[in-house]
Amino acid sequence: MKTFSIGGVHPNDNKVYSAHKKIVEVPLPKKAIIPLVQHIGAPAKAIVQKGDKVLVGQLIAEAGGFVSAPVHSPVSGTVSKLDTTLDAWGMRVPAIFIDVEGDEWLPVIDRTNTINSVCKLDSKDIIEKIKNAGIVGLGGACFPTHVKLMPPPGKKAEVLIVNGVECEPYLTCDHELMLEHGEEIIVGIQILMKALNIEKAVIGIERNKEDAIGYIRRLAAHTLGIMVEPLKLKYPQGGEKQLIDACIHRQVPSGALPIEVGAVVDNVATVYAVYQAVQKNQPLISRVITLTGKEVKNPGNYLVRFGTPLSEVIEFAGGVPENTGKIIGGGPMMGRAMNNVDMPANKRVSGLLFMPKEESHRLEVKNCIRCAKCVQACPMGLEPYLLSKYSQLQRWDDMEKHDVMDCIECGCCQFTCPSNRPLLDYIRNGKQTVGGIIRQRAQK
Amino acid sequence: MNLILIALLVLGITGLLSALILFFVAKKFYVEEDPRIDKVAEVLPGANCGGCGFAGCRAIAEACVKADSLDGLLCPVGGQAVMQQVGDILGLAPAQSEPKVAVVRCNGTCEARPRTSSYEGAQSCRIVNSLYVGETACAFGCLGCGDCVNACQFDAIHINPQTGLPEVDDDKCVACGACAKACPRNIIELRKKGPKSRRVWVSCVNKDKGAVARKACLNACIGCGKCQKECQFGAITVENNVAYIDWEKCRLCRKCVAVCPTGAIHEINFPPKPAPKPVEAEVKPAVEAKVETAKPVEVKAEAKPVEVKVEQKQEEVKQ
Repeated sequence: MKTFSIGGVHPNDNKVYSAHKKIVEVPLPKKAIIPLVQHIGAPAKAIVQKGDKVLVGQLIAEAGGFVSAPVHSPVSGTVSKLDTTLDAWGMRVPAIFIDVEGDEWLPVIDRTNTINSVCKLDSKDIIEKIKNAGIVGLGGACFPTHVKLMPPPGKKAEVLIVNGVECEPYLTCDHELMLEHGEEIIVGIQILMKALNIEKAVIGIERNKEDAIGYIRRLAAHTLGIMVEPLKLKYPQGGEKQLIDACIHRQVPSGALPIEVGAVVDNVATVYAVYQAVQKNQPLISRVITLTGKEVKNPGNYLVRFGTPLSEVIEFAGGVPENTGKIIGGGPMMGRAMNNVDMPANKRVSGLLFMPKEESHRLEVKNCIRCAKCVQACPMGLEPYLLSKYSQLQRWDDMEKHDVMDCIECGCCQFTCPSNRPLLDYIRNGKQTVGGIIRQRAQK
Repeated sequence: MNLILIALLVLGITGLLSALILFFVAKKFYVEEDPRIDKVAEVLPGANCGGCGFAGCRAIAEACVKADSLDGLLCPVGGQAVMQQVGDILGLAPAQSEPKVAVVRCNGTCEARPRTSSYEGAQSCRIVNSLYVGETACAFGCLGCGDCVNACQFDAIHINPQTGLPEVDDDKCVACGACAKACPRNIIELRKKGPKSRRVWVSCVNKDKGAVARKACLNACIGCGKCQKECQFGAITVENNVAYIDWEKCRLCRKCVAVCPTGAIHEINFPPKPAPKPVEAEVKPAVEAKVETAKPVEVKAEAKPVEVKVEQKQEEVKQ
């Protein structure tokens, strides 16, 4: 069975709590808060004013650059103000506030459930539609999808890799999406293949989702060029470079993008959003998030309109369990503890995990015993113990020399460290700093 | 016996030859160095803190010797006294400089700034700042992990466990600026030490709107502008919802301290105000200040509390 070649860890997947729970739609909020930064790249620019009436799916902020994405109204109502709101970590970000009135959609959006598998558009039009729908990678990085679909001159995409791995423990939103919207995903893949002008697509799914493997395989049997690749369980298989290694055995060189080896990787949720945008004219205004934890009353997969305060989603799912020590936005490996649950749902949030008190504390930090477990676990072949020390000593040049920019922040090093050292905390900070230094140098 | 003799001879001759080679090499490749560099370096404190902006004490010594005037060259550790000595060695006049000191511009004590979360990750302000807002709701305030304490080579800054905030020891602080550089939130500023170490400063850098800032911290500057109106010397500016006192213009009258509704403006090392006439002490200087130029210093001094006298004299010196 296939998997990626170096590093990786095997955390307990804990998916039982929310697996196979049907996707439930969360009721609309009374007031929606739509942050303007929901993606990597330049922030979007608001084009509505206070008092404007908006419909669901209407453009309310346009892209602020090439690597950026527009934002559409997820609700209908009146814009009450343009202000700032607190993000998950308590920092202020610009946002549009909308008082929700009813649920009126733009007439062009097809809200029926009929599967429309015929796409007559050509590559350019498809990419334009994806760009205008504000679609970003829903796997976590939120990189604008249209940028990936336009390879730089001289590079040619050969294979589309669809990420159905969901290697993060606890999260099940992609799994459920594959089970409930498999047909749409297959159409979405065909659209993306047409956009990229390629003949081959591989869907990577880990073996803890046998039903999804079987279902997607059955659906893919009717189509040409789409293949399902069952993968051995290992974290972080959902990382772009790890998935390419696992599915087609090509290694992306240090510092390069997947297109270097002819691959384009998209998450299943992104592919579903592409289907919605191209075939149903529906921009990206909602996503499925997993709400889970050992003591949550109704763990499950919830379809949430962006702009809904997460506290309302939590309330809908039965409230915060009493014994909660921390709430994590995303999965337990890459997700970050949240400081503010009143933040609105947006393109970035893929899950909410409630950790009981006894599990949410960090263990006592001890000295590094040079066991090299972190080196063994690092899927990018880096030396986490060394990088974290360099970061502590603020030796940025040395960090850069030791390829800190290749770090995918998967957290394997910290997970595996027997001395409970906060390796990733330091490396992440070093990566940010070194990234800043590199950008500054490039500007000069 | 022969063996020993041979060994001694061989070693001796080798040693002698090496010594000769070394001697000539040293002569041939001798680097002419200005002897004054050594002299200047000797006067400098030798802390190699980098506060002067050079790599170490020897580097600034070289720069001093090379320079035509000592303008802009200052050892913050040694201060004026050391620069005077350097000037004497080089026959140059040392640049006039005000002694400075590090000032912590956050007064979000544990009581004033309630905790909203608890952080257990890597204990470094730099890391916390890159991750999130911090353990309190203030996105601008002190994070309390002590990066400034670690940066200080002079043991001059410590976290007060009562308030959770760093405190600077005036006597030990040499104003090298290491703590200011280490603080990821730019809370620490080098300010004029002031006469008898008396200083007035806005102890807050929160740029949020008043209501938001106040919600996060009772002691926050809310940008109300009262101090700006009160200040007769134009020393206070309110920008981005936070006041700032320009220490070049401040005359230490302390009227801003009295009007600040949140107590964000701090004064330090002033003697306690005369207890029986607290109102007068605040009102009087206002009247005095207006007629400042007309009246001789002595007359003013009589009517005024002690601390103001000093400040007035300072003015005279400047003028």
